[in-house]
This record gives sequence, structure tokens and C-alpha cells, in this order.
Amino acid sequence: MEYVKAFFVGGIICVIGQILMDKTKLTPAHILVAFVTCGVILTAIGIYEPIVKFGGAGATVPLPGFGYSLAKGVIEAVNKDGIIGAFTGGVQATAGGIAAATVFGYIMAVIFNPKSKK
Amino acid sequence: MKKINQKDYANYVNEKIPKPKIVKNCIWAFLVGGLICTFGQVITNFVIKYGLDKKAASTATPVILIFLSALLTGLGVYDKIGKRAGAGSIVPITGFANSIVSPAMEFKREGFVLGVAAKMFTVAGPVLVYGIGSSVFVGILYLLLKK
Amino acid sequence: MAHKRLGKQTVKLQNPPSIIATSSIVGPKEGEGPLKNFFDQIIQDDLWGEESWEKCESKLQREVVKLALSNAKIVESQVDFLLAGDLLNQIIASSFAARQLAIPFFGLYGACSTMAESLSLGSMLIDGGFADKIACATSSHFSTAERQYRYPLEHGNQRPLTSQWTVTGAGASILSSSGGAPYITHVTTGKVIDPGIKDANNMGAAMAPAAADVIVQHFKDTGLKPSDYDLIITGDLASIGKEITEELIAKEGYNVSNVYSDCGIEIFDNKKQDTHAGGSGCGCSAVVFNGYVYKQLLSKKLNRVLLVSTGALLSPTSAMQGESIPGIAHAVSISNIIS
Repeated sequence: MEYVKAFFVGGIICVIGQILMDKTKLTPAHILVAFVTCGVILTAIGIYEPIVKFGGAGATVPLPGFGYSLAKGVIEAVNKDGIIGAFTGGVQATAGGIAAATVFGYIMAVIFNPKSKK
Repeated sequence: MKKINQKDYANYVNEKIPKPKIVKNCIWAFLVGGLICTFGQVITNFVIKYGLDKKAASTATPVILIFLSALLTGLGVYDKIGKRAGAGSIVPITGFANSIVSPAMEFKREGFVLGVAAKMFTVAGPVLVYGIGSSVFVGILYLLLKK
Repeated sequence: MAHKRLGKQTVKLQNPPSIIATSSIVGPKEGEGPLKNFFDQIIQDDLWGEESWEKCESKLQREVVKLALSNAKIVESQVDFLLAGDLLNQIIASSFAARQLAIPFFGLYGACSTMAESLSLGSMLIDGGFADKIACATSSHFSTAERQYRYPLEHGNQRPLTSQWTVTGAGASILSSSGGAPYITHVTTGKVIDPGIKDANNMGAAMAPAAADVIVQHFKDTGLKPSDYDLIITGDLASIGKEITEELIAKEGYNVSNVYSDCGIEIFDNKKQDTHAGGSGCGCSAVVFNGYVYKQLLSKKLNRVLLVSTGALLSPTSAMQGESIPGIAHAVSISNIIS
């Protein structure tokens, strides 16, 4: 059941992205930025947490989930460290993903070359 | 020829444009996006089973997904998935990784500093700017409202 | 007095220059298309032994000029001018090709209208008595254009249905003050027309009014009718742009439907090759004209052709700043018979 929920929630979030892409002139870059920012805001006002509870990876794997991690990290850090936490919490909570993306991205770019499209 | 009225022309052109097959695109986005997330859930459960706590698992899952997406991008597979899946493979964290690896690979010939390293963040940079920026803003707001 | 002028925008060449030879080299995808048998050379991969796509595009242009010279059985030193351009920033494909060709060089930028632009200027230089032999060339490359205007190749985005596929290829024509058919008889130079389209994925619609305008003006200036032509072929308007152009011309009272086609539609099999609206790029009209159309003229299957290369004058910067896309089109009338 957990997997079905993840599939469903993740699928729905992607469909929202697809409708935005087809109906408006938003580029993938705009969609990614909008989704992360939405994730942060929805988490801050308490809407995203229940979605994560329900959907699991279906809510955390899409980019709003990245925003969720940022916002959640910030709130926890503010509770612990006050104002400093506002600056450290988000990046701390997502450091693994950011570092992985940077390092793996670099390694793959060194190893592989882009292939021409047919 | 008479001067073209830009408004009329825009309407006229809009009627000529083939409409994207939204329903078909959405089904693809739903299926592929759903599958990627389900796979993320599989990874989460797997690493928890092997002793990671929930918090560590929530870091391990994106790290593994990012690695796989970076690899598939390098192998030239991810763009083919994206052609069908659209947002289904853009919106998950794997799409974020694809947006990092694809320009990095492509700009290798422009050097490893101003080519690879700089171009890596053409899409990812804005995501981090707005993501981290808004989180700091939320943190400060939360601090003020808490008191 | 400019006694060779005809009407508002047309030049009638008094000593029409001959196109004594042409050449075309295309990429692998174009080499699988419906016109594959008409190209001189098909390269097997889109790097062609070079380190980068930009270098490959430059090589395409250099080699296509050399090939045209050898088809014309002349050498570099006999050519008075090389007129060439491309889509890359600062037209490096052309100037880097020219640095290895010992021919006096004028670099042109007319976006994808460069083939007709270079033929226009070349034929006027010859008719004016400033040159005896001129090489006109242009090129485009799918991968150099994608990275300059759009996304990295491995990015998992969807191409909109209105988008076009940049042709990998280069074409060259050798013009001469002496020689046989076919001849360039008229040149109609287009105005920049901006219909206000902002979508860089819908360039056919952005260029269509410029194409229709120059074709209609050509008829008005010369007194020729659509039925005088065996073929009127635009550069890279593709399916949507072609339909619009035909309707705009019809509104002005000319029916071109029987003789009108577009290089961007001819070069690919859109359904099989998944190129969406059709081909585009400087190379599109260059290889279709120098490969297919020229050979049809030589074999007399076509006797009078109006080549109308079309260009979208946008840059990545202008697109990001939300500017609309101005269009340009130049018409060159080519005929086997001089009236």
C-alpha cells in the first residue's frame, strides 16, 4: 500500500508539472524553481507535512520534497539555534543531495560525452 | 503587403498551432513520475531495513536517485525517457540531477572551470537560489512569529 | 540613376550570372531523409573527426566550398570573393573556414536567409563588373544550434510540436560571369518584418509574413505570375509557416499553391524522422537548393525557380529579454532561359 501511495502522489505532482508545461510557456527551469519554492512555502504553512505522511517518497522525491527538506530543516534548526538556524538549517538538511548532485554531476561529465540526437 | 496587426496575427497563428496532446503527456508523466517515486520508496525501505534511521534514509534516498540519474544521463538514456515522460522525469529529484549533468557534459570542451563547473548550475543554480533563499526567509519569519 | 532596378525592391540583372557549380554535404539524419540521393556527401557522424561540433560545422563549410570549386573545375585563386555566413555567435563557422581558404572574404549574417542573401549579393557583384567568380556558402549544425539557442543534448526535455529540427549540413554555389544555364535573373531583397511572435519554438510563424511580403513584392516588381514559376521554395518555414505564407500570399491575390514548397518540409520525413514541424537552419535551404533544386534545374525538370531563404533574427539574449522575433526573407529568381 505504501508503494501505491508513493506512486499515486508522485504521479499527481508530475502531472501538475506537465499541465503547467503544456498550458503555459514555462520552461523546465521555471518549473523546477517554482516547485522547490512551493515546497518550502507549503511546508512552512503546514500543508506539505501531511502529504509527506501520506505519500512517503511520492512526496519527498519530486522537487517540492526538496523544498520540504529545506523548510523542515530550517524550522528545526531555528528551534535549536535561533537566528543562526535560519541560515544553516536548510542547507544542512539537504547537504547530502546537493553534494551528491555536484560530485556525481562532475564525475559523469568527465567520463561521458553527449551523444548527438538521431 | 499591408502592415500586420500583431494581435490579430497572434490569434491567427494560435489556431494553426498543433495542440500538445495533454492527456497523453499527462498519462506518461503520471506513470513515469509515479514509478520514479515508487522506486524512491523502495530505496528508502531498503536502506532502513539495513540499519539506517529515518533521517539518514531521507538523505540516502535522494543521493542514490541522483547517482542513478547522473549515470543514465551520462549513458544517454535520460533524455530519451524525458522525451516521452516530460514533467514525469523533470519534476523528481532525478530531473534536478539531469539538469546538472547534461550542461556539464556538453560544455567540457570549454574547459573544466568555466565550462563544466560553471555550466553545471545553469538550471540547478536558480533552484538552489530560490530554494535556499525561501527557506532562510521562512526560518526568519518562523523565528519572529514564535516569539 | 540605378538603371538595373525594377519596382521597389527588385534588381533585374542585365548580365545574369551563371551558377556553374554547387555542392552539398549533410549530416547522418539528413542523409536518411527523402532527398538523400541528391547530396554530394553524407557524413557518418556529427563530429566528422573534429573535437567539437563548432569545429565540425566549420569543416563542413570549408569542405563544401572546396567541393564546389572542384565541381566547377576551378581553384581558390580564381575566385574573387567568398560570401558566407552561419548561425554561430560571431559567425565563426564561416570565418574559421575562410582562414583556410585563400579567397577574399565577406562574412554575412542573415540567420537562415544567408543562402539567398549570399546569392543576391554575389550576383549583383558579378553583374556590376566587380567579380568574375564568386563562391556563396553557408552552414548549420544541429548540435551547435541546440546548445546556443536551446537545451543541452542530454537534457530530458520535450520538444514542442511547433519546434523545428536544425539541419546539419552546408551548401555552396559558384557564380560566374560566363557560363551556361541556370542563371540568376532577379534579386528581390526583403525587409525585416516583425509580426510580434515571441515563441522561439515557433519560428515558422515569425518568418512567414516576411516571406509572403518578399514573394508578393517580387511579383509586383517584375510583373511575373506564380504560373511563370515551376517552383517557389521558401527556406525553413516548415509546416505551420508554409501554410500561413500561402494564405497571406493568397490574400494579396496570388495563388501559389500549385508551385509552392518549403525546404524545411522537403528535407525530412517529418513523421518517420520525428522532426515535428520540419527542418530549419542556414543549411536547410543551402543543401536543398544546392543539392536538389540545382540538379533539377540542370536536368531541365525545373526551368524557373524562386528561392526564398527565410531567417529569424533572434538571439538568445533578445529571446531572454522578451523581445519578439523579427523575420527576414530574400528572393532569388533562377532560370534556365534568359528572356
